[in-house]
Amino acid sequence: MTTSIRFLLNDQEMDMTVPPGLLVLDLLRHHLEKTGTKEGCKEGDCGACTVLLGELTDSGMHYRPVTSCLLPAGEIHGKHLVTVEGLNLNHLTIVQEAIVNEGATQCGFCTPAIVVSLTYGLMEKGANFDDEDVKYVLSGHLCRCTGYASLLRAGKLIQQKAHSLTPSATQSENILQLIEKGILPSYFSEVPEKLKRMASIPPGNGHLPSAKFIAGGTDIYVQEGESLPDLAVTLLNLFPEMKGIVQKGKNLHIGALTTFEEFAAHPLIQKAIPRIKDYMLLNASLQVRNRATIGGNIVNASPIADMVILLLALNAELILTETSPTQKDKPMRRIRLRNFYKGYKKLDKSPTELVKEIVFSIPEPDEQIHFEKVSKRRHLDIASVNSAIRISLKDNIINQIHLSMGGVAPIPLYLSQTCDYLSGKELNLSNIQEAMEIAQTEISPISDIRGSAEYKRLLSRNLFIAHFCELFPDQFSLKDLLNIHG
Amino acid sequence: MKNIDAALHTRGESQYVSDLPKPAGLLYAAVFASPVAHGEIVNIDLKKARQHSGVIAIFTARDIPGENQIGPLIPDEPLLADSMVHYIGQPVAIVVAVSPEAARKAVKSIQMEVKELEVIVDPRAAFQKGEIIGSPRTFELGDVDSTWDVCDVIVEGKCEVGGQEHVYLETQAVRAIPTEAGTMTLYSSTQSPHAVQRTVAKILGIPSHRITVDVKRLGGGFGGKEDQATPWACLAALAAWHLQKPVELVLNRHEDILMTGKRHPYSSDFKIGLKKDGTILAYEVRHYQNAGASADLSPAILERTLFHSTNAYFIPNARIFAVSCRTNLPPFTAFRGFGGPQGMFVMECAIAKAAEVLNIPREEIQRKNLLKEGDEFPYGQKAEAARAEVTWDKAVKTYDLSAIKQRIDKFNQTHFEVKKGYALMPICFGISFTATHLNQGSALVHVYTDGSVSITTGGVEMGQGFSTKVVELAVKTLGISPERIRVESTNTTRIANMSPSAASATTDLCGGATIRAIEQILSRLKRFTAEQLSLEKPDEITIQNEQVLYQGKPTGWDWKELIQRAYMARVSLSAHDFWAPPGIYFDRTTEKGHPFNYHVYGTAIIEVTLDCLRGIYQIDSVHLVHDLGRPVNKLVDIGQIEGGLAQGLGWMTVEDLQFDEKGRLLSNALASYKLPEVYFTPEKIDITLLEKADNPRGPYGSKAVGEPPLMYGIGVYFALRYAMRAFAPDKDFPFQAPLTPERVLINLYGDTKSSSISVKPQSEEKEVQPVSGK
Ligand SMILES: Cc1cc2nc3c(=O)[nH]c(=O)nc-3n(C[C@H](O)[C@H](O)[C@H](O)COP(=O)(O)OP(=O)(O)OC[C@H]3O[C@@H](n4cnc5c(N)ncnc54)[C@H](O)[C@@H]3O)c2cc1C
Ligand code: FES
Ligand code: FES
Repeated sequence: MTTSIRFLLNDQEMDMTVPPGLLVLDLLRHHLEKTGTKEGCKEGDCGACTVLLGELTDSGMHYRPVTSCLLPAGEIHGKHLVTVEGLNLNHLTIVQEAIVNEGATQCGFCTPAIVVSLTYGLMEKGANFDDEDVKYVLSGHLCRCTGYASLLRAGKLIQQKAHSLTPSATQSENILQLIEKGILPSYFSEVPEKLKRMASIPPGNGHLPSAKFIAGGTDIYVQEGESLPDLAVTLLNLFPEMKGIVQKGKNLHIGALTTFEEFAAHPLIQKAIPRIKDYMLLNASLQVRNRATIGGNIVNASPIADMVILLLALNAELILTETSPTQKDKPMRRIRLRNFYKGYKKLDKSPTELVKEIVFSIPEPDEQIHFEKVSKRRHLDIASVNSAIRISLKDNIINQIHLSMGGVAPIPLYLSQTCDYLSGKELNLSNIQEAMEIAQTEISPISDIRGSAEYKRLLSRNLFIAHFCELFPDQFSLKDLLNIHG
Repeated sequence: MKNIDAALHTRGESQYVSDLPKPAGLLYAAVFASPVAHGEIVNIDLKKARQHSGVIAIFTARDIPGENQIGPLIPDEPLLADSMVHYIGQPVAIVVAVSPEAARKAVKSIQMEVKELEVIVDPRAAFQKGEIIGSPRTFELGDVDSTWDVCDVIVEGKCEVGGQEHVYLETQAVRAIPTEAGTMTLYSSTQSPHAVQRTVAKILGIPSHRITVDVKRLGGGFGGKEDQATPWACLAALAAWHLQKPVELVLNRHEDILMTGKRHPYSSDFKIGLKKDGTILAYEVRHYQNAGASADLSPAILERTLFHSTNAYFIPNARIFAVSCRTNLPPFTAFRGFGGPQGMFVMECAIAKAAEVLNIPREEIQRKNLLKEGDEFPYGQKAEAARAEVTWDKAVKTYDLSAIKQRIDKFNQTHFEVKKGYALMPICFGISFTATHLNQGSALVHVYTDGSVSITTGGVEMGQGFSTKVVELAVKTLGISPERIRVESTNTTRIANMSPSAASATTDLCGGATIRAIEQILSRLKRFTAEQLSLEKPDEITIQNEQVLYQGKPTGWDWKELIQRAYMARVSLSAHDFWAPPGIYFDRTTEKGHPFNYHVYGTAIIEVTLDCLRGIYQIDSVHLVHDLGRPVNKLVDIGQIEGGLAQGLGWMTVEDLQFDEKGRLLSNALASYKLPEVYFTPEKIDITLLEKADNPRGPYGSKAVGEPPLMYGIGVYFALRYAMRAFAPDKDFPFQAPLTPERVLINLYGDTKSSSISVKPQSEEKEVQPVSGK
């Protein structure tokens, strides 16, 4: 299967026919001789293949760094694809210069992509680009040579130079300033016009070539990347109606194609889950979060899926729709997320069914939400165990509670017995200790690369404790909950 | 001077092997590797694979025209398995196709029938079965056995330290291009172009002069491409030889992690005896190195473990035993530090245990026993220009250790769930290849008639900044501007018989050779100038800022004019030269000698914060004082310190190389093998360079820098242990690295077994097994 795509590669208009599932990384390196984009892992874990994907929005161009090794070529239609070559000027840009001056490149293999991400940081933050932003944009990049210290210093140099910019609210305003200061090539200013001119109906609109769905591609390419270029695939992102977050009455409706980054950045979500940004920082990397969708996280059904764990505790529901023409008469259906998982990677879903929306009730003021995740490496790693809680109290009596735990069963686990036990109970030491014991009977962890069964049990207990210590610090401490004296 | 490649790197214009323009008809290879850790090959079925579209050819051991042997030290490693397989990931066949995808698909349909044999993954189990490589070795100083009696305290224990995956960002890559008359050029991502040349020639059964290996740069090596770039080059060459077409072989990350060796895991026993005041009187250690399935460089790495087993300490009575054990894992190989870090780790564990028993701070024992001038190492060399104490004292003073301790102990008294810890880590690392003959470097320098200079050396640029340092040395020697100097690719036709770029020694050796080659040309030029300008003393001619001076005054000639005149007068403007540092030797029958040209010293102070509820931690700071001699290029050297440190910190904490009992690699992707990323980086890193630290044995007084800083990372293990002990003072934690969050939590809350401790009376002391193999 092939599809024709028109897109902007740096300053060049491209018109080509490709298999929609072909990876943009392979397209760049093997077909377009853009070798500045490197392959370090082809699994989203190293960032060496990072490119910017620019889309024309109502407020002008909007760019995001993504890993081209997980990006299907069919999706770049109508977009601006920026590689390191597209950032080069006759002189070194302030980003490049800072890296050179701080010795922040050694073997250089990771460097072009790092230039791309740091430049993105300037496009996004402009004058406000700060130390935390530097880490934020570097978080998806592995550099084995420098140990990052020099990169952080380069980040500081870039910030100093960026102080001469005028603070502005949007990427497009920042971009204009960067062009003016000789930090971005001038062709960036013509991109919106060019894209408008090139714009055409996205291929495949309204038509599903197959039930081989690809959303962000961040799971499916890792699992079966080698075969996807040869298959008829349906790129769900060509159906933007499945994106977006809206409030309907007391509920929030999340489009299944909403990415992790979009989710955490949305004001309605930030209001509902005040610490969502902290939690999200523990998941994947910026480049991957820019692609990874909530729907993909749910359907991939990994027992440690972070968003699923959070959504289980939010007591979310799914809205599914059938896409098979033979089953078109089937109405949309709604199912509680905790009833969706039937066994290891077994779902209550037909192969042709799509997850369309995720729905959960907006937390009341007396409700609290918390998420815990422990992985071997704090950032950009899969959890050994993760857990979430949604709890509300009335006069220190647990009114409602939802608890979930990942990495401890064949499915992302909703701790129903523990919840049953706790609801209606007083929030006190002995009840929580009893609940800890019940939770231990609900979980059945196995030993694997993320940890031994013994470790996961221990960690489950401690993360359980962590919820209560975090949410009710005046009432609980580790010392009390474990009866440690001393 | 900035790194000369840096600008190109930031523009994405630096070319690595797979970025080179594709020659017409380029074919792609993929490797079929053994899925079984040990067994006899009964049958290999290639039928299905051959039928795959795009497949051109498949080669097995039978297709090797020369010798099927690539072992660098001991001939125990076939290029392609013929009758037996010894580890999962061992190459068995190579498929060549029109695209890498087609080659990989065909690889998947190869079927191999194997009669499976017993799998050994544990070095001690291998040792017990007699599965060892080479002979066990023992270094001895003083009289250990009779010293135990006079010790106030004797402590014994066991250490396990894990391996480490290199994760050079550029995976193994090579292109083999057949050229006329049975010759071939290889573009290989190797630290050892000569090893590739020599081994390809052997595999093909042709003389070395028909093989050219050219290396522009590596996307990282860290030892992983010292010896283990060779098999991939040989495989591509084999295919290119038969097909007479260019062939590219680039491992993808999965293949690379699966098929290549890593840092060696070790299992060790120690026994240490001290006086009450912390003076170490005796130390005995037994190292069981997990070598993997074949020797590779393991015996040499084992040797460095022996050399560095007492780290920066003087121990008057020491017995160090080490043995290389053959297991059914990929052949473990060189990795920055080359066996030294494992030896040092055990020494530090012994000191930690002793300090805990004596109930004194660990650093008291460390400080008391640091090497002094003239102290003897267990291998017979005496410490010269010893800087263990001076770097230690400077670190303690500059970074105010007592304030750090106070701050941490106060924090720990007032916090229950979170604890802080600190540790000091002194290092002493010997510079030289321990195989004395490898301590040689070459350089070839041309000056062109326009005054531009071309330098080729036997050193490979892999990110360590070698080329930049060569330019810096050349500028210093020549007195002209750096823009005139170009460092060429490393090429076996231009430089013969080069040693690998390893052992931190490349700048010393090849930089030294460069200086001498330039001096040759300079002396010709000076003689010529003296003749032409009738100057009496050629030695007093110098070149500064491109001007030719006599006794410090301008002669009126500049560099360009000098070169043009010299050329017209038929003065040779090229030179090849060589550098082999004198005075190094080692006698393996007595295990004594003077193996190192000099030592590098330094001390780090590391602070951590441990979340005792979740078992996770943050490295707060690393403060260190390091001895670079008179650095050639500070920017490059600081980069080496920071980068090495990060690798050491990773090795001790989150880099968790895991195999199961079937020999399967569990941490088989970057999704499951975790190395430091930006948030892992210590909040604060501060580096002080030792001042007025000359080194007459290095170029322009400098010292090598590549490997030693990695070993500062060992300190983080003990900083975490400090924090753990603050939380659970009654527990005796085992010595197991890496200290992953999993190990931390299990140690804090699980039942941990203690290592055996014996405090006087002596009668309760456990017998130490007599050391064999000497
Ligand atoms: C480097 C890296 C780090 C990661 N880190 C984390 C992490 O920290 N935490 C975590 O939870 N996950 C992590 N992941 C996994 C992954 O990013 C998430 O699971 C993500 O949510 C998957 O979404 P996607 O849109 O990319 O799914 P895809 O790969 O596109 O699809 C996954 C599966 O779901 C199906 N599918 C997708 N959308 C729908 C839909 N709407 N309806 C029906 N079927 C659908 C697809 O057919 C496919 O079978 C990581 C992945 C990578 C590569
Ligand atoms: S190649 Fe590593 S993230 Fe894409
Ligand atoms: S410079 Fe080598 S990986 Fe970053």
